[in-house]
Amino acid sequence: MRHGKYPFIVGFLFLPIVLYVGLVLWPYLQTFGYSLTDWSGQSQQMNFVGLDNYSKLLGDDVFLGALWHNVFLLAVLPIVTILIALFFAFMLNVGGRGGTGGVQGVRGAGLYKVVFFFPQVLSIAILAVLWQAVYRTDGSGLANGILIKLGLADAQHPVAWLSDPDLVLWCILGVLVWSGVGFYLVLFSAAMQSIPKDIYEAALLDGAKRGQTFFRITLPLLWETVQTAWVYLAIVAMDAFALVASMTPGRTYGGGPDHHSELMSTYLMRNFLAFGEAGYACAMGVVIFFFTLILSVVSLRVTRRERIEY
Amino acid sequence: MSTSIEKTAPVTAPERAGGSRPVSRTERFADSGGVLNVFSHGFLALWAVLIVFPLLWVVLGSFKTDAQINGSAWSWPSHWSFKAFGSAWTKGHIGGFFANTLIVLAGSLTLTMLLGAMAAYVLARYEFKGNRLIYFFFVAGAMFPVYLALVPLFFMVRNLGEISPLLGLNSYLGLILVYVAYSLPFTVFFLHSFFRTLPTAVHEAAMLDGCSHTRAFFQVMVPLAKPGLISVGIFNVLGQWNQYILPVTLMQPTSAGEADHSMLAQGLVNLALQSGYKSDAPALFAGMTIAMLPVLVVYLSFQRQVQSGLTSATLK
Repeated sequence: MRHGKYPFIVGFLFLPIVLYVGLVLWPYLQTFGYSLTDWSGQSQQMNFVGLDNYSKLLGDDVFLGALWHNVFLLAVLPIVTILIALFFAFMLNVGGRGGTGGVQGVRGAGLYKVVFFFPQVLSIAILAVLWQAVYRTDGSGLANGILIKLGLADAQHPVAWLSDPDLVLWCILGVLVWSGVGFYLVLFSAAMQSIPKDIYEAALLDGAKRGQTFFRITLPLLWETVQTAWVYLAIVAMDAFALVASMTPGRTYGGGPDHHSELMSTYLMRNFLAFGEAGYACAMGVVIFFFTLILSVVSLRVTRRERIEY
Repeated sequence: MSTSIEKTAPVTAPERAGGSRPVSRTERFADSGGVLNVFSHGFLALWAVLIVFPLLWVVLGSFKTDAQINGSAWSWPSHWSFKAFGSAWTKGHIGGFFANTLIVLAGSLTLTMLLGAMAAYVLARYEFKGNRLIYFFFVAGAMFPVYLALVPLFFMVRNLGEISPLLGLNSYLGLILVYVAYSLPFTVFFLHSFFRTLPTAVHEAAMLDGCSHTRAFFQVMVPLAKPGLISVGIFNVLGQWNQYILPVTLMQPTSAGEADHSMLAQGLVNLALQSGYKSDAPALFAGMTIAMLPVLVVYLSFQRQVQSGLTSATLK
């Protein structure tokens, strides 16, 4: 029966491993090596420069600014998205009329879920182009159109949105929240549905209010899912390349106005493909890697709690 | 299920606690619930409008004229013509980009699922030296940001192009292989745990009947693993469809006159950048509509599977 086990194993593993090592692992390792050189990327010529690229990064104001913008997204995006998604998920699943004593969601919960989830299936580039049209700086953009209609903005001096240095990151954040809430709503909903209903009913009988049931029952039992969501949103915040690169003003890969929406990823791409600084770009890749690594370890540690079995 | 609870709960409430106090408590809950209900419905409806309105606005925009789009945001299309769709499809090359994306996705999805399932199955079901190590290496790759590999990957693919023109930069097959390689970690991780949960008895019976390892995999294990394959398949379709950084890096024409093999996402962004100069805004809006429609149709017809597939894939 065991005849031919090893040829079979090797046959099945060969192609996946070749592809994976060749196109994923090997480039990962190469990046560390290239980050120690002054390679331009145009020719094969390169010199070993030690940690020069990294000390250059420490003095590069644009890069440090980009780092802070990533930190800003990391701090704000997960909190805002998770709060909104949790609120909606609670409303949809257990927030319905409690007068009869039963635990149920509001009417039309299924329809809401379908609508809220939709941005998640749209390509991020479609979102970028769509929101670029919404954020147009004159009355032809939807955002300004609404504000002018409501009398909140002057038609002669509409909001500059993506061209406003103070607003541009918030605009990007808005798109990320807009598209992300639906996904986490569905994620939390699935987790909430696995919480036994009798726990809620017992709480209702004891006279718990809706707020109390949320904070004392739902949130503790959902903690692990919230943690997962946090890590995923952190990864989104570290990336956000497509939105910034295609929505914001800037010569190549956005980042404008005047680097006010620059992210580590856009600066990396510009250094690599536009400035011909492949070695320097590799050093940034390494920084992004360690940043992500530290971030996921820390967030898993900090948010760790006892697992509740039910 | 919820209706039966509704009916039984009012009966059990006074029974358990006894007396009139619990009744007043439930009433109080109902009162605050009424206010909250209006409140929560308001928020839910507002968010739904926030999602749907921009999308409808874009669809409407593809019927407007250039002057209307550059005028007030509230203008209504004066005549319903599909001219903009035609010019987006041909002049804007949306049709070509669409075909490019379908070709790449068809190839990459098939290969990802096939290779991912093969590797996951062998790693989950067969004991051999180095099994854990290989599994660990696959899973570790899922944690690394793609930016760490971007620069060497570009040159790796360029060098592949020197071996065969079928691979290399701006080639379908090159991009397919890259997509597959970067989808493998998660696919293997997900399917590995899935194959572990499947019963061993069916597989053993097939082997006793003289089935080969390969045949047992394709004819017994793959059909058994169908739910898992669908979940991770949906995850990969959306992931690869949404991919932006890889095609931007790898699918640029290396010399003038070379065919434009842009993916749909990339082509749309380029169209948006161009439309600033050429001022063909309706075509851009039409292009967006064309790019959104198939996704909308697929999503609406499979929304239950998409939602459950995506979320279960994430929670694994």
